Amino acid sequence: MCEAAEDGGCGAGPGPARRRGQGHSHPRPCMKCGGSAALIIRVGDPFCRGCFHDYFVHKFRAMLGKNRVIFPGEKVLLALSGGPASSAMLRQVQEGLSRETAKKLRFVPSLIYVDEGAVRGQSLAQREQSLAHMEALLQATGFPFHLAHLEQALELPASILRPGPGRSGKPGPSYKEAVEGFIQQQRQEGDRNGGTFSPGPSTQELLQLFEAVETSTAREELLQMLRTHLILQTARTKGYAKVMTGESCTRVAIKLLTNLALGRGAFLAVDTGFMDDRHGDVLVVRPMRDYTSKEIAFYNHFFHVPTVIAPPLRTKRREKPSIHRLIERFLLGLQEDYPATISTVYRTGEKLSPAPAKAISESERCLLCLCALDIAGEEELALEPTLIMEEPEENGCCQDPPAARAESKAAYIPLLCYGCRLTFKELGPLATLPPYVRAEAQRRIRSAEMEQQSLEVPQEDEEPSKS
Amino acid sequence: MAAPVSLQVEFGGGAELLFDGVKKHQVTLPCQPEPWDIRNLLKWIKQNLLKERPELFMQGESVRPGILVLINDADWELMGELDYKLQDQDNVLFISTLHGG
Repeated sequence: MCEAAEDGGCGAGPGPARRRGQGHSHPRPCMKCGGSAALIIRVGDPFCRGCFHDYFVHKFRAMLGKNRVIFPGEKVLLALSGGPASSAMLRQVQEGLSRETAKKLRFVPSLIYVDEGAVRGQSLAQREQSLAHMEALLQATGFPFHLAHLEQALELPASILRPGPGRSGKPGPSYKEAVEGFIQQQRQEGDRNGGTFSPGPSTQELLQLFEAVETSTAREELLQMLRTHLILQTARTKGYAKVMTGESCTRVAIKLLTNLALGRGAFLAVDTGFMDDRHGDVLVVRPMRDYTSKEIAFYNHFFHVPTVIAPPLRTKRREKPSIHRLIERFLLGLQEDYPATISTVYRTGEKLSPAPAKAISESERCLLCLCALDIAGEEELALEPTLIMEEPEENGCCQDPPAARAESKAAYIPLLCYGCRLTFKELGPLATLPPYVRAEAQRRIRSAEMEQQSLEVPQEDEEPSKS
Repeated sequence: MAAPVSLQVEFGGGAELLFDGVKKHQVTLPCQPEPWDIRNLLKWIKQNLLKERPELFMQGESVRPGILVLINDADWELMGELDYKLQDQDNVLFISTLHGG
């Protein structure tokens, strides 16, 4: 943030200036133009509406300009949730495209909205209402848009768990993927043309998947995973090389600490950085990560940016429902008394390297998050408990034939990174998991077995790998 | 001695979910010996408007961290926060920036 010095100085004031109890006289001047201020961005930085608008708009363009990953004429998919940050992002793109030629953004945006009403406890009527509202918003932009339902994640192809060919590699997807993509596309279009969405067996299946999850923490992670994969699939089948998501600085700081607590420390940089290239062919970009949620909320209010609020995931516990919410509460509480908290966490995250998440081969890549397996040489440390798997489904709650070795949860563990192991253990029985995850896992277990066999022909050892 | 104060109280960003989904509330605060400030208003909201789970809106005598307060479209940090003295026809807006409830 310090490089934006011309934008209003560095946030580091002298000493930990406490926000509370500073009795200000009402009309304080804007620090830039001297007009009457409308909000305080950082400690002691009052801005008026006009200057705040310029500051906000400049920041978006500066973020894209600095990172230089979006090329002119490129098709970019904006992932919108209807929430404040992604809605503000959409407005910035609209704003940038309507500018005079010298400052114009030059990429070609499309929009995607994923309806998660099923797992957020919305009734059918509420879902239809949110969807109609959202569709009207998307339509009003004039950009092409896609509407998806979280249910569709259950129909994803297993190839979504493999990185696509890099930009330097083969130009197009393989024939098989293209066909899978085509089928997917037809489904989506059928859904669109049908107008209203009716909950069918897939909604039930999705709810079962979520209800079988033991903790809210794992449920949040699962939702994030399904959503990412669904957006990624749309990007792949429709030919977008870049996806923009709207995580704010506040959200990034919360995610940094959350993921640290979830055991995903090795992947912080790809999980929260400006650029996430783990999928190979599709790059995820986070252009809103320089804005605090306060800036976004004020921007949306002042400049009438419409949002659609989705209710949070339901939880049974009132106190400490999930690690995500616990961290949110902790950080925001700290921020109240120490206003540099969020930006310090955020800037510390900036210094992390994405290198540990890079996987060389498939066997070294986590099945779920596609990051490099961070499990080498830690057998005797924190890793060991993740290998122990209690299997309650042994006694009959699982309808699958117990014959196949690949169909046990324990068989999946070696395919997962440390953080995903913890989450995976809290997911329900295998039968409830999305088909694409199971299909890809089985493929990888089989190919690992074959590799093992070809290596160990002379030995009679039947044990999988760990002793 | 303060006369009754009429206010428009609004909730946004998801905070309205704690108030039956109603965003705009036209309220009239009754007469009371000391003048109305935000601190008293919050107490009044807690007793009269808040439908469920006050801990998701309030923390101590203030709002929960992550909920922004705007008084007449300006940041309450410019206005003295809890000590701001409410005037007749003021508009007070609460915007939640929190993810979950």
